[in-house]
Amino acid sequence: MINESLAQTSNMLVYAAMTGYVVAMVAFAISLSKSRRIETLQETAARVSAVSPAARQGGTATLADASVSTALSDGDVLGSGRRSGNIGMSVTWLATLLLGAAIICRGLSASRLPWGNMYEFSLAAGFSIAFAYCVLSLKRDLRWLGLFIVVPVLLDLGIAATILYTDSAELVPALQSYWLAIHVTAATVCVGAFTVGAALSALYLVAERAEAKVIAGEEPGRIAFLANRLPTADRLDLMAYRIHAFMFPIWTFAVISGAIWAEAAWGRYWGWDPKETWAFITWVIYAAYLHARVTVGWRGRKAAYIALAGISAILINYFVVNILIPGLHSYSGVK
Amino acid sequence: MRIALFLLFLLALASVPGSIFPQRGTAPARVSQYLREHPKSGPILDRLHLFDVFASPWFAAIYLLLFISLAGCVIPRAFEYWRELRSEPPTAPRNLSRLGVYESWRTTTSASDALAKTAVNWEAKGWRVKVGDTYVSAEKGYAREFGNLVFHLALLGLLVAVGAGSSYGFRGTVIVREETGFANNVTQYDSFTPGRSYSATSLPPFSFSLTDFHAKYQSGGMQSGAAREFHADVLVKANPEAREVKFRIKVNEPLRVAGVTVYLVGHGYSPEFTVRDSKGKIVWQDAAIFLPQDANFTSNGVVKAPDSVPQLGFQGYFLPTVTSDFSQGPRSIFPAPDDPQVFLSAWSGDLGLDSGLPQSVYQLDTQKMKRIGIEELSPGEKWKLPRGQGVIEFTGFKQWAAFSLARDPGKGWALGFAIFAIAGLTMSLLIPRRRVWLRVAEHAEGGILCEVGGLAKTQAPGLPAEVTRLSLIVKESAPEVLSD
Repeated sequence: MINESLAQTSNMLVYAAMTGYVVAMVAFAISLSKSRRIETLQETAARVSAVSPAARQGGTATLADASVSTALSDGDVLGSGRRSGNIGMSVTWLATLLLGAAIICRGLSASRLPWGNMYEFSLAAGFSIAFAYCVLSLKRDLRWLGLFIVVPVLLDLGIAATILYTDSAELVPALQSYWLAIHVTAATVCVGAFTVGAALSALYLVAERAEAKVIAGEEPGRIAFLANRLPTADRLDLMAYRIHAFMFPIWTFAVISGAIWAEAAWGRYWGWDPKETWAFITWVIYAAYLHARVTVGWRGRKAAYIALAGISAILINYFVVNILIPGLHSYSGVK
Repeated sequence: MRIALFLLFLLALASVPGSIFPQRGTAPARVSQYLREHPKSGPILDRLHLFDVFASPWFAAIYLLLFISLAGCVIPRAFEYWRELRSEPPTAPRNLSRLGVYESWRTTTSASDALAKTAVNWEAKGWRVKVGDTYVSAEKGYAREFGNLVFHLALLGLLVAVGAGSSYGFRGTVIVREETGFANNVTQYDSFTPGRSYSATSLPPFSFSLTDFHAKYQSGGMQSGAAREFHADVLVKANPEAREVKFRIKVNEPLRVAGVTVYLVGHGYSPEFTVRDSKGKIVWQDAAIFLPQDANFTSNGVVKAPDSVPQLGFQGYFLPTVTSDFSQGPRSIFPAPDDPQVFLSAWSGDLGLDSGLPQSVYQLDTQKMKRIGIEELSPGEKWKLPRGQGVIEFTGFKQWAAFSLARDPGKGWALGFAIFAIAGLTMSLLIPRRRVWLRVAEHAEGGILCEVGGLAKTQAPGLPAEVTRLSLIVKESAPEVLSD
């Protein structure tokens, strides 16, 4: 039935992965403290001011320019945080692989897909966040982002290991369906990628605030400490948008596959169960984000706030709805 | 767009109370409980429709406004799109080098030749092309707007399918005991909710009987008592003349018969009793449906024997695995029937069945009755009631299964529109609308200067590579010649 030694191995691997993320967190923090953005705030202010307001709205040309991109690019002068950034990146990869192995062992221990309760969902979500980051980092330099990814992953795994922990066991009948593989996987991948998107949107707000102050001729103040170590605001905004736009159809699919499963399990494809309601709210918020991105007066700062509202809805749907609100999605396994 | 944004936020906000307050549609019992516990605020909340948010006029107002704004936006855009499809790409800008993506080279081919061949070759690559006297304009990515329109129209269709499906369908629930059956007839339902346009006389005449219900639970460990499997074996007749067919209904595997879907939604125990009156005559012999009260299936229910004199009534608990610790009252400690017992209290007097008022079959009206004793019984045990008023025997137990039956003719449509919505959405988010131009001019050093520039209205990460590919195509007919 349950292979206890595999379940034990899984638990050990989770702790090993958490140790890895702690190391990565320290390394990324050191790296970030030493790095500087390539285009200074003053240079950004000059560049943005030079462009007419109309062109600023839809400009794509400047964004393709690598020279305004990331803080830790392999420029010789600016890369003093590079070594610790590289350590952080390698250890993040290692920890993510360990976490993946933990999830696989957990699944093998019960001979089933390892997402049947909140502990397992949390492991999968943590993996999804870290893996999305690792994959994105293959194409571009994202060492500056590492700290803001590893910290939420550590929080997630910490909550999983302490509050949400459940022994490995067989699935309840309601989850015994191939839709588990489709619906829950899609939802988990979305949670991971939206978390990365939210981190980018939050950092955008910091960079944008600092840039706006410099453009207005003010002192950027304390906010510059972080803004000076980040890519330019327009670049952060573009990255955040690409992730959200790419994930939105997948989130739509996650909701629809959930509806198909609900039709087979409960006799209706939509019944305003609390989980369904919050999935809907999340969908509406991200739809609003995409609309805001193309609406004059809403793009930029307001759109970023909407993206943060989106991740809040996801977190509410996960923690509050699963644990506190009675409904049909009561698979938390938390007693 | 701002109005749509505002309405989207309003819709998200309006959904929130639907997850905070219990809803009649999903948890009617919790709504009644809430109203009992909050006698002051409850009725006010109820008047604001906070217990049926998703059927409330204000929620309907928001989504109808949203869909009107959607229709008002999408329909003119569809016409605009139709016009655009038949119009030509715009004239090339004067200065291509100002565009984000730009290439130029010198060639010795004739300008008209380069323009004509490029137009043909680009068109072959799926670009819409317009040839001017000194330029070629090309445009691609019309599918973006097409996808966008499909997505929004599919949302409108989805709303219609959801509404029509619930209006022309029905939902009902029924509890069926092992070795009994159900025929699809309104009188056999425990609850029946037809859609607005559904006529109950058109119920398809299928039937099924429950031969066996099976449940398995985890024993031991943190999740001891958690269900691991349940299924209901039924014999189905699609219509009165049809042959009986065996089917196993599971939680995720409903029975689909005659356009109706039958779902297994719950289960419980049904203790069997034989009640004899003071003369030894059998006045009641059946299995009574007891309703589970907790995860370990501590179940309660009643038996009413109106034919004995005086009338007898029993209420009590069925415990599939009886606890050894009675400090918290009689309760079950495991959901499987490992050590079943019933705890009964017997009442004699007037059951109140003749008053004409409807009575719950799960409750005993003890207003005109007197309690004559309590007893615990194991299967096979008899209890002689005091003063020779009769005997009750706990002969055994059966299980029952609760089924939900539903017909929703709109669900196939809803799924179809949902698929179109995803496809349209993906197209509109991933395909960029972009324009590429070739401009030819006299080169200062003789020959022809070819310039290729590209512009995208939205994010187009692949545009530089695309412009390079299109330049290579131009170079096939107008090869680069280095200055001599």
